[in-house]
Amino acid sequence: MARIEVNHIRHSYLPNPQKDQDFALKEVHYTFEDGGAYALLGPSGCGKTTLLNIISGLLHPSHGKLLFNGRDVTNLSTQERNIAQVFQFPVIYDTMTVYDNLAFPLRNRRVPEADVDRKVRETLDMIDLASMANRKARRLTADQKQKISLGRGLVRSDVNAILFDEPLTVIDPHMKWVLRSQLKQLHRRFGYTMVYVTHDQTEALTFADQVVVMYDGGIVQIGTPAELFERPSHTFVGYFIGSPGMNVLPVSLEGRTAKLGAQRIELPGVPKAGAGAVELGIRPEYVRLGREGMAVQVSKVEDVGRHKVVRANLEGKEIAAVIGEDDEVPADPKVSFDPAGINIYADSWRVEMGA
Amino acid sequence: MDKTWNNKAWFLVLPVLVLVAFSAVIPLMTVVNYSVQDTFGNNVFFWAGTEWFEELLHSDRFWEAMVRNLIFSFIILAIQVPLGIFIALNMPKKGWGVPVCLVLMALPLLVPWNVVGTIWQVFGRNDIGLLGYYVNALGIDYNYVQDPIDAWVTVIIMDVWHWTSLVVLLCYAGLVSIPDAFYQAAKIDGASRWAVFRYIQLPKMQRVLLIAVLLRFMDSFMIYTEPFVVTGGGPGNSTTFLSIDLVKTALGQFDLGPAAAMSLIYFLIILLLSWVFYTVMTNYDAER
Amino acid sequence: MLELRNVTKTVGAQEHIRDVSLTLQHGSLNVLLGPTLSGKTSLMRLMAGLDAPTSGSVWFDGKDVTGQKVQKRNVAMVYQQFINYPAMTVYENIASPLRVAGVDQARIDKEVRNAAALLKLTPYLDRTPLSLSGGQQQRTALARAIVKNASLVLLDEPLANLDYKLREELRAELPKIFAASGTIFVYATTEPHEALLLGGNTATLSEGRVTQFGPTVEVFRKPVDLMTARTFADPPLNTIVLSKKGSDFLLEGGVKLPVPPELTGSPDASYTIGFQPHHLSLERPNASAVPVRAKVTITEITGSESFVHLDFADARWVMLAHGILDFETDDEVEVYIDPRHIMVFDQNGRAVTASKLAA
Repeated sequence: MARIEVNHIRHSYLPNPQKDQDFALKEVHYTFEDGGAYALLGPSGCGKTTLLNIISGLLHPSHGKLLFNGRDVTNLSTQERNIAQVFQFPVIYDTMTVYDNLAFPLRNRRVPEADVDRKVRETLDMIDLASMANRKARRLTADQKQKISLGRGLVRSDVNAILFDEPLTVIDPHMKWVLRSQLKQLHRRFGYTMVYVTHDQTEALTFADQVVVMYDGGIVQIGTPAELFERPSHTFVGYFIGSPGMNVLPVSLEGRTAKLGAQRIELPGVPKAGAGAVELGIRPEYVRLGREGMAVQVSKVEDVGRHKVVRANLEGKEIAAVIGEDDEVPADPKVSFDPAGINIYADSWRVEMGA
Repeated sequence: MDKTWNNKAWFLVLPVLVLVAFSAVIPLMTVVNYSVQDTFGNNVFFWAGTEWFEELLHSDRFWEAMVRNLIFSFIILAIQVPLGIFIALNMPKKGWGVPVCLVLMALPLLVPWNVVGTIWQVFGRNDIGLLGYYVNALGIDYNYVQDPIDAWVTVIIMDVWHWTSLVVLLCYAGLVSIPDAFYQAAKIDGASRWAVFRYIQLPKMQRVLLIAVLLRFMDSFMIYTEPFVVTGGGPGNSTTFLSIDLVKTALGQFDLGPAAAMSLIYFLIILLLSWVFYTVMTNYDAER
Repeated sequence: MLELRNVTKTVGAQEHIRDVSLTLQHGSLNVLLGPTLSGKTSLMRLMAGLDAPTSGSVWFDGKDVTGQKVQKRNVAMVYQQFINYPAMTVYENIASPLRVAGVDQARIDKEVRNAAALLKLTPYLDRTPLSLSGGQQQRTALARAIVKNASLVLLDEPLANLDYKLREELRAELPKIFAASGTIFVYATTEPHEALLLGGNTATLSEGRVTQFGPTVEVFRKPVDLMTARTFADPPLNTIVLSKKGSDFLLEGGVKLPVPPELTGSPDASYTIGFQPHHLSLERPNASAVPVRAKVTITEITGSESFVHLDFADARWVMLAHGILDFETDDEVEVYIDPRHIMVFDQNGRAVTASKLAA
């Protein structure tokens, strides 16, 4: 296992990149610690897969260096980097049995057959496929195939990192839960360095200790799931994480007070905002719906089972609130904001609040 | 299910049935008819029973042609399939080279059979032919008109030139359908070039390869025009394949009975082999 | 009104659809919910007339249309893959079904612009589909289905290839678009969450059978059998097999879980109890809740909530709790089961309800 340093890496798919827009990946400078579970989260085209492929060596970056445990591997091939990668669609060798699929990377590296057998059997136990060792791999279900793809990475004792490129895309919802928790258990138990690329916030947040949110070729925020939820540093993070995403309302500031139309909202502190567009961000989970506060017109109530999402209009702006499964919308609905959930943004970036 | 619907369906396939009847069933029945009778012209026929079949199956000439045919098909497959795969593997997968290669590959397929024969007949002549003249100038004694080996080599090279493209195009279609992730995973697994071929490319090409082998086998087994144009079946009988022998018997000697019997046996052999291929293919599909 | 009467479809030796009867009303949104290979696509093909049923019949507005070809049925379909004419502009793509129908230019223009506005495609009308994002490509396909003014629109996992956030946006818009027309909409998905957000009616599918059909929320809250409850649960439904004695279910270690009062009249036997992950909690939700001790296998944190995976006896459960809980693997925790929110299924997997007991 290795610590992976991404050292001022930029990448463009064009031969002669000039402008900033020519880069699929704008400068990334970050260190993935040994044994960490990371997620790269963002919409399609944000550069997350590009970054992953640079780490695995399938792509050579236009600029910058990549270091594993301090050693420069920028010019090493994928094989030499000792990386395991699981792809969006399960990659299995059709004609081989499950056992042979797992043995393949070892046999390619001329590992003695006795060691191959021992490692393969260990891995089969880890991924819960021991009973299928002698089945033809192509007869398996999508989630079993995906486990084989993973197993081919786990079987090598010397891998530096395991990379995942949207591995649960073709898996049914119920199996997703099972596979996800198994991945997490493997990480806990064996301490692999894992990097997981996805556009699905639930997958990213539940899998990773640190989530790297990417947008338009750059990193917008890196943090724990709780940080991303409570203190999104950019309105994009607020929007992208959480469903529904954060409510972002244009306000004007007056000391500890934010003004939204005719409403005045008490803030937990004085925002250190300069000139420019100021917005107030509040997650639907922190919007209280009741008989106290600012009057709203409710347009729709979505019952999603474990809670309800109330869509309403506050001073001409769309706002969402989350209420409990058994809660009802009062006749004359009003909302108030939990101060703990209020963030202030200037030009889309979060500003600190002083006392 | 309601009946009108079914009847309507029969009307729709009727044109095809009529077409097949005129183009295949009726001629075939005529041949069957000829094969059990004898004639001395003037449309007078005598019942001959299985006489022609017996005669044919005891005829050395028939068996020699058959053996020649099998050897020819075997050589053709042994050259064209590996060569086709090799070329397909080395063709570019993207960029401007793709259309260029595809057009180059398709060109020989567009040339009519008899033209191919004529091209090579002239090409291989040792007086004015580009190939024949220079090969002889190099000190190699090459003369497809007199030397059976040279005649075979010429016919085989000609067929390879004409038909390898088909194998290439089919294999190429199979290859480009393999997602990139497979090659990337193979890199990560440390697979050698050979392992990539053996475990990824070959399995994915298996289906198209079966079709390629079937088509190439049937075509080469039925080969007629090109050797007829180039060598006329000679020198001696060295390139007289079943089809050439058949035409010689039927039209050259006007022995309709034996020729018809031969056609039937020929037909049955091809039918049998196609059926074997078809079964193998469908079994393979069912297994998937 | 589209009616399927006892429709069965077998292909070779395999039964893709088993004895399905469904009635779909004009202007309704109907979700087909089930995992991959549960028969969603097969059922849609039967509705569209792309396939004919092996037995049973399909009726449209009181007419038997079994075996009638798809071309005659005025059906529109949207697939998981973004299918558009790559060489045509977005405008021409949307206009294509109208051109085929020979509609005059003025009306085409009006309808195309309406549909484009509805699906937020107005700025892209002159672009070709491949220069658009996946979400916009799928909007184009949806717009085409809508202008066709078909009496039946089938959507086969239309959002599956889109990013999570785009899905969320389109999903919120779709019911509005559907509500604006009198068409029958059928929407296939593997995600319970999506069914709930879309609302309308839901038919849950399992191995080619429709296990239940009704208003979405009702199917979710009152599944008629265990299969339906499992299909309609994400995270997976928590279950445990318990034996009933009098007014209690007996849990391990002498703990008793009270039988819901309306079900105490059911015979003493072995039952499967099911409950949703958010009905398992760390704090006692009410006086009747019953504490059990379970072992943590793994905790997943989403930022505001935690999914705690638990082992209880042979059962594997998930608890959804507010806040961030950082349990270690193998921690023992006390969790509460709320008897007000349990579903009870008999040995055949059928839900035990008060009305059934009365009958």
